[in-house]
Amino acid sequence: MIRDITLGQYYPGNSVVHKLDARTKIIATFLYIVELFIVNNFRGFLIAGIFLFLVIGLSRVPVKFIFRGLTAVFLIIAFTFLINLFMVDGRILWQWKFLSISYEGLNRAFFMAVRLVLLIIGSSLMTLTTKPIELTDGLEKLLKPLSKIGVPSHEIALMMTIALRFIPTLMEETDKIIKAQQARGADFESGNILRRAKALIPILIPLFISSFRIAQDLALAMEARCYHGGSGRTRMNEIKFHRGDAIAAVLMVASLAVIIASRYI
Amino acid sequence: MAFISVKDVVIEFIKYDESGHPASSKKALDGVSLDIEKGSFTAIVGMNGSGKSTLAKCLNGLLLPKEGSVSVDGMDTKDDEHIWHIRSRVGMVFQNPDNQIVSSIVEDDVAFGPENLGIEPAEIRRRVDDALKKVGMYEKKDKGAHMLSGGQKQRIAIAGAVAMRPECIVFDEPTAMLDPAGREKVMEIIEELNADGITCILITHFMDEAAEADRIIVLKKGKIAADAAPDELFSDPALIEELGLDLPPAIQLRDKLGLDKSVNNIDAIADAIRQ
Repeated sequence: MIRDITLGQYYPGNSVVHKLDARTKIIATFLYIVELFIVNNFRGFLIAGIFLFLVIGLSRVPVKFIFRGLTAVFLIIAFTFLINLFMVDGRILWQWKFLSISYEGLNRAFFMAVRLVLLIIGSSLMTLTTKPIELTDGLEKLLKPLSKIGVPSHEIALMMTIALRFIPTLMEETDKIIKAQQARGADFESGNILRRAKALIPILIPLFISSFRIAQDLALAMEARCYHGGSGRTRMNEIKFHRGDAIAAVLMVASLAVIIASRYI
Repeated sequence: MAFISVKDVVIEFIKYDESGHPASSKKALDGVSLDIEKGSFTAIVGMNGSGKSTLAKCLNGLLLPKEGSVSVDGMDTKDDEHIWHIRSRVGMVFQNPDNQIVSSIVEDDVAFGPENLGIEPAEIRRRVDDALKKVGMYEKKDKGAHMLSGGQKQRIAIAGAVAMRPECIVFDEPTAMLDPAGREKVMEIIEELNADGITCILITHFMDEAAEADRIIVLKKGKIAADAAPDELFSDPALIEELGLDLPPAIQLRDKLGLDKSVNNIDAIADAIRQ
């Protein structure tokens, strides 16, 4: 079962959004997040929301997948909503003992919740339409100018590539260790939370040791294949900007302008 | 001159105690000398701890000898200037298929070596496709590496070495973690690569695999205990036993049947049995 896990949450497809350069999508997502923080009224969110759903429509990712990302962070959204609801002072709408809801609080709570929902949908759209490996490549290219001031852009990207590569391997390893410890009578299921946390130690220690062993093997294999850092290295798949990327860039700038304008209407 | 030449190599592993003082030392290789000719197929066998893997790692400069020298096509592995050149000519495939694959996608992993060599993208693409076809994994090129079986992963690792277009590939127990079907396929690929003119050095536990080589070198406690053609080696079962090795199943059968000791390969034994 552990073999079948999908990496990240990529939804395979062939839409215009899928075909965009990873760099375009990273920058666009970043701009979109900035836009969400520029917005200061619900009309702005309406515009941002319409824009987002147009892009979702173009990506042909089923809405079901888009909302799956939300369920994971539902608690955070609910928490933010409640905090804002009860903590903001203003014209009292409802009161019970020490709890009170003000008009401003209600307004603010909805405002923050909508912002979070749009933010999460927007960023999960990027991971849904971009392969993890393309994301790391795009990030490497984007960070490249920063390597002049000492940011190890190539190393960061390689670390991410290797981390993604070894998630399934380490999961298999964990599975093996759990079974081995269970065969020796380890009990992971009973007892209170403290006991169960303690029961994890015999899994974590062998896992650490084996991940160091894997790292050592991998380093040797990489050296044998002439890896000597990012300098002088070429790539098989050079990522290139296409016409779609230019159109996306124009659209993003336009949406930014509209959002800024929405503050003053 | 020989393609790879190993001269009086000594490798010593020193164990340190908790305060950092040397506690004990063990010579993994103790005065090993050998020459590997271009295009040959050599098997290196020996018991656990005999120094086989250590020797393999010396051949492309992953380990540098304390005494003695290793040279590849006239370049010394101790020479920092040549080390990347040496590693691009002597590729290596390791035992654990999982721990040598760098990238999640098959073709990206095969491209890793050529990318490190700074080759043009179009040429890398050509080499990757060729290498994948060579190991029969071209159809899986855009699959995730974690979805493959052990044998398939090992074939990807071989493709990764082949894509660098090396003159020699060192296989360090490539079949030890595979099932019989995977083992057979990997051995087939090694023989094909050798037929294409790539010098192959196979470190192995399995004597039936070693029997496929032109030459078998037996290591024992860091020293070369025997260096002969398979036929020659297998005609002396007493020596094999003394070295702590098993005879290949076919040879064992030959001896059980009391056939002539000069009958050494599987076909000849089959003929002798038929008569």
